[in-house]
Parts: sequence; structure tokens; C-alpha cells
Amino acid sequence: MLKIENLHVRIAGKDILRGLSLEVKAGEVHAIMGPNGAGKSTLGNVLAGREGYEVIEGSIRYEGQDLLGLEPEERAAAGVFLAFQYPVEIPGVNNTYFLRAALNAQRRRRGESELDSMQFLKRVREKLAVLHLKDELLHRAVNEGFSGGEKKRNEIFQMALLEPKLAILDETDSGLDIDALKMVADGVNAMRDPARAFIVITHYQRLLDYIVPDYVHVLADGRIVESGDKSLALKLEEHGYSWIAERKLAGAA
Amino acid sequence: MATNMTRESEPLVLRDRESVSSEGNEHIVEAINRRYGAGFVTDIETDTLPPGLNEDVVRWISARKGEPGWMTEWRLQAYRHWLTMIPPEWAKLRIAPIDFQAISYFAAPKEGPKSLAEVDPKLLETYEKLGVPLHERARLAGVAVDAVFDSVSVGTTFRKELAEAGVIFCSMSEAVKEHPDLVRAYLGSVVPTSDNYFAALNSAVFSDGSFVFIPKGVRCPMELSTYFRINAINTGQFERTLIVAEEGASVSYLEGCTAPMRDENQLHAAVVELVALDDADIKYSTVQNWYPGDENGLGGIYNFVTKRGDCRGVRSKISWTQVETGSAITWKYPSCVLRGDESVGEFHSVALTHHHQQADTGTKMIHIGRNTKSKIIAKGISAGRGQNSYRGLVKVEKGASGARNYTQCDSLLIGKKCGAHTFPYIEVKNPSAIVEHEATTSKISDDQLFYCRSRGIAEEDAVSLIVDGFCRQVFRELPMEFAVEAKKLLEVSLEGAVG
Repeated sequence: MLKIENLHVRIAGKDILRGLSLEVKAGEVHAIMGPNGAGKSTLGNVLAGREGYEVIEGSIRYEGQDLLGLEPEERAAAGVFLAFQYPVEIPGVNNTYFLRAALNAQRRRRGESELDSMQFLKRVREKLAVLHLKDELLHRAVNEGFSGGEKKRNEIFQMALLEPKLAILDETDSGLDIDALKMVADGVNAMRDPARAFIVITHYQRLLDYIVPDYVHVLADGRIVESGDKSLALKLEEHGYSWIAERKLAGAA
Repeated sequence: MATNMTRESEPLVLRDRESVSSEGNEHIVEAINRRYGAGFVTDIETDTLPPGLNEDVVRWISARKGEPGWMTEWRLQAYRHWLTMIPPEWAKLRIAPIDFQAISYFAAPKEGPKSLAEVDPKLLETYEKLGVPLHERARLAGVAVDAVFDSVSVGTTFRKELAEAGVIFCSMSEAVKEHPDLVRAYLGSVVPTSDNYFAALNSAVFSDGSFVFIPKGVRCPMELSTYFRINAINTGQFERTLIVAEEGASVSYLEGCTAPMRDENQLHAAVVELVALDDADIKYSTVQNWYPGDENGLGGIYNFVTKRGDCRGVRSKISWTQVETGSAITWKYPSCVLRGDESVGEFHSVALTHHHQQADTGTKMIHIGRNTKSKIIAKGISAGRGQNSYRGLVKVEKGASGARNYTQCDSLLIGKKCGAHTFPYIEVKNPSAIVEHEATTSKISDDQLFYCRSRGIAEEDAVSLIVDGFCRQVFRELPMEFAVEAKKLLEVSLEGAVG
């Protein structure tokens, strides 16, 4: 589904990613862990198409297309979804209205018919039930005045509604209490599907107790320095990121 | 031009002579006849005064409209006062000096294009985007549509229903003739002829406008709109509107200027007066989209308008809602004088400036009565090189104990070359008053745009969405169809604002 090869990305003259390679197949859950400043969020933003990220080398293929050649809205329609680390407030714009505009924009771009308000509302109710969310969320403006936890839950709600093929969760666990964390994990687990892949970017192992990944990668200094199964996350938890650096040094020597 | 005088205008000149002779200025009448009688009063299609302004012109307009002597006199007084005034310079506007002698003060129904085929395609495209119905498009474009679209029957139906309710809704010209006592009692009672430079000018030369009278205890059975008044088509540049709601009466009035006028650098100086007696309620909504000039700031309407409501009675309420997207320059402060105890004034505004447009707009809330309340919600949007200023006065007079005001003033910037400015003036002379003012300035951030786009919404749609959200508080004050229109208007006006 997704193949990143030797990706080099520069932001404002500074090299952030330096030769990152990653392959994600449909149905898989990949966790990306790593210390602060390793380039984890950059990876998410580059995949979603944020401006200001200069790709100086490497390629990203998504379902056989050159992902970097697509506009952010084209990527969304093609099934790429980024759950933001810091979800953005859009004052005055009703959450339901926003989601319907988004879903129908994607459907139009894919040549599918738009959902009318009844069909859309039905879908909304289904997803709310799965995520144990309150209706009240729908009537408020997009993220306006939401608590940190509400914003993150709203991201997961959007993901559930938009049904992407490739979902990237950028530190969705940060700032969540344990109940909210479980809720987010339940939402993700409910969406696990042989046709859908997840990239879960996280700083802590805690989330991975609830969303059990197929692969864990350690991102440091702009590339993936270690990959393994879920046990890698536990080792990291135990030894800290410095352990990776030491192992690398030992390997080099 | 033909040289024969129309049948209509002849008796008018006679009447004019009467009023003039009361002043002993016989020679002026001769002058009028000499200068205008032969050459310019032709037929209604092409009847236009040559540029220039003097007492003769004022008299000619009054005569042309068949006004009684007192009305001519009223105009002349306004004109004489105007001569002593200077244009206001306190607004944050760059206005090239206006040569008032270069303007023609009477251009009755202009001969427009004969069919839609003759209309500028760009204009038609705009109408299409706005979703204006086809017959309406023709009318807005100034095509002579009476033959195409028979709106007369529509108008007649409305008139009948209104007449049954006792509501008077007609052109100001008709009102002067048919309801002179009402007009005399209220005209100029809210905006005196000497009020300000442009109001004085309007008083002297106003061409037409609307007159609405809602008698005691009547709730107007429908929303009144200039759309439905046939003789409002091509109303001149100096409209005069007067709305009176008697005790316990209520009315909602819609003023749609959704047609971009193609005339360039035209001066538009209107005056609107509202009078609300005890327990009366007037809601006045405007969607203004006069021609804003081109992308380089060439042409466009100068929209210098005085709008004021007088909450004369106890518990009366006047509410202004405006969506201003057009005009090269807007100078406009719809205000409320809260004279009656417990009266309420409201102002909801969205003003958008794009390209080289300038707007200096806001409101005045004058609290005179006790326990009076006012609310101001002003939203300014600037894009391109647009300059947008909010200017508002909240004044609480000595006797206005228990007065309350809440002001919220938000600015949204799109791009880096535009400007937003806020000039709130607060004068409080009563210690029991509570006055609140909140102001914010925000930009459509890259984060917001990326967030929308990452969900599948294209950039231009994302801008519309964000702007629409910003204006929500004001849009919900508008009647449904107007709200839809206003939203579309913003979309059209902001095309190309990002990117």
C-alpha cells in the first residue's frame, strides 16, 4: 500500500528526515516510536501533504501512485488520513457540517455520489455509537473550545466517518487520560481491517498496550534505526531510547 | 435628444414656479426653462440632467417629481446648508476629491441593454454563481424586463394584501404626493437635513426611495423588500428611505443591492430613517454588492450612506443587519438613538474588502432612555489590499440609568497586504451603565487551510467554509434566502483571495 524509499526532507533549510524507508501493507499496524525531534511528526505531515516540507531525495509510492505529486485534498480522497497532533479550531463552523463537506468533497473527487443529510446522519449515528461519543460533539464548532482529550476523540471520530485506507495517528495519545486513551484505542481497533493500514506515531509504549502493532519502528536522527515486533516497544520502555543509540554504537564498533 | 417636453413635466414646472415665486426668484424659473426646458426633458427613457449642482438643479428635480412647495423648500434648505459644509475627513479612507459639479443629479430610468445577449458576460456569470433566477438576472442587469417578466401582477398582489393590513409601502415620490402629512411629520426627523455632508446632499437631490408606514398594532404580514417594488428598479444614486412603525407595530425590511452596478466611480449617497414608537419593532437587513471596482482599484461605487433609527417609544426595538461586500469605498454607520425607556438597538454587520476596496463602517448606539440596551456584532474581512475599519460609538447620556451595551468586534485577515482597524469610541455619562467591548483579530491560518484540505476540502472551499464560520453570528440574523445569498456573495467576492 505504502512504500517510502530513502526519504530526505528539509524544513527551513534543516534536514529532518535523512534516508527514511518504510513499507506498509494493507491490514498492518505500524508503530513509529522515537525521541523528541527525531522526525516523527514530519513523517506524518509529509504523508498528508503539508506545505513547507521540501523533499530533496527519495520517493513515496501509495497504491502505485506517486503520493508526493498529489495535493492534500487529493490524498484525502485517495484514502490518506492524518489524525493531527494538534487539531485545529475552526470557529463558527459546525462539526457535522464540516464533516459532511469533507466526506462529500472526497466522494465527488472519487466519482461517487454525495450523501444527503439523512444518509449522512445515519452514518454519523453508527460511528458515534461505536466510539461512545456524545451527540453534543456534533453541534459544536470544529474543535472550538474542545478540551485536549475532546479534540483527539474528535480526530478519531472523523477518521471513523471518513473511513480512510491509510490512517496516520500523530501522537494521538499525548495528553490523554487512561479512559480517553482506551476510547481512542477502541476506535482504532474497531476499524482494523484487512484492507486498511495504520501508522501510529507515539512517544510512549502505553498506547501500544491497547493498539497492538504488527511492527514497531524506532525513528532516530531522521531514519528508522531499528524495526521489530511489539516486543521492541517493551524493550524501549525498559531501556529508554539511549539504548538504541548505544546498540548502534556497539554495532558500528 | 428630442426637444419636446413631456406631458408629465409641464405641470410640474408650473408648480415649481409657485414655490419659486414665493421667494421672488422669477428669473430662476426662466433659467430653468432656458437651460433644461428645451433640451433635456424628453421622454422618460433618456431623461438626464447635465452634470452640475445649483439651486436650479434642486428645483428642477423637485419639479420633475411633481413635489409640493414645502418639499422643494425643504430640499433647498438642505442644499444651502450643504454649501456651508465640507466633506468629512475623519474616516480611515483614501478618497480622491469628488467634483460635485461633474455629477449628474438626475438620471431617471436609464436605457439599459435590450436583452441579456447585450449584457457583460462576466456580470451574468456572477449572477449564475449567486443563483439569481433567470428573470431576476435580467432585471438586475438593467434589461428592460417589463415585457419579459411581468412583475406587475406580483406587485399588485402584494399591494392588495398590504393595503388590507393598513400598511403603506410605496416609493418616496408617491408618498410625498399621496401621504404628505405622514412624510412631513417624519421626514428628516431622524436624520436632519443638516446632519452631515452627504445627508445634506441627499436631502437636496434625492431621487426616490421607499416609504413604509405600519399603523398602530399591525404586524406587517410579509417581509418587505425593495425587490418587490417595481418602481425601485434603477432608483437613482440618492435614495431616501423612511420607515415608520407606530405603537406596537412590527416590520422586517430587506434591502437587496445584490446587483453589481457597472457604472464606474458613481457616488451613491443614500439616507435611511427609521422611527419606532412605543413597543414597535423594526428589523432592517441589507445585502450590499455594488460594483467594487476592478482588481486594480479602478472604478466602483462610493457608498456614502447615512442610516439611523430612532427608538422613540418605550420598549421599542430597532435591529440593523448588514452584509457589505461591494463598493469601492463604504462609509456607513447604521445607528440607533435609544430615546424610549427600555428600548433596544442592535447592529450585526459583515463587511468584506478585497482587492483595493476600502470600508469604514460601524454603528452608533446613543443611550438616552433608562434601561436601554444595545448589542453590536461587527465582523470585518479583509483580503487582497483591502482596508477594513470598524468605527463605533457607544454613548450613554446622563439620564440613561441602567444602560447596557455589549460590543463584539472581530477582524479576519486573508493574505498579507490587507488591513483591519478598529476605532471604538465610548462615552459614558451615567455611572450605572455597563459597557462591554471585545475585539479579536485573526488570520485564516495555514494550519486551518491544511486541516481542511487534509480532510478532502479544496483550498477555495476551505476559505469559504472558514469565512462562513466567522460570519455565522451575523448570517443567522438574516432571513433564510438572504443568508444563503450572503454566503454565496462572500464566496464570489473572495474568489482568488488565497493562492
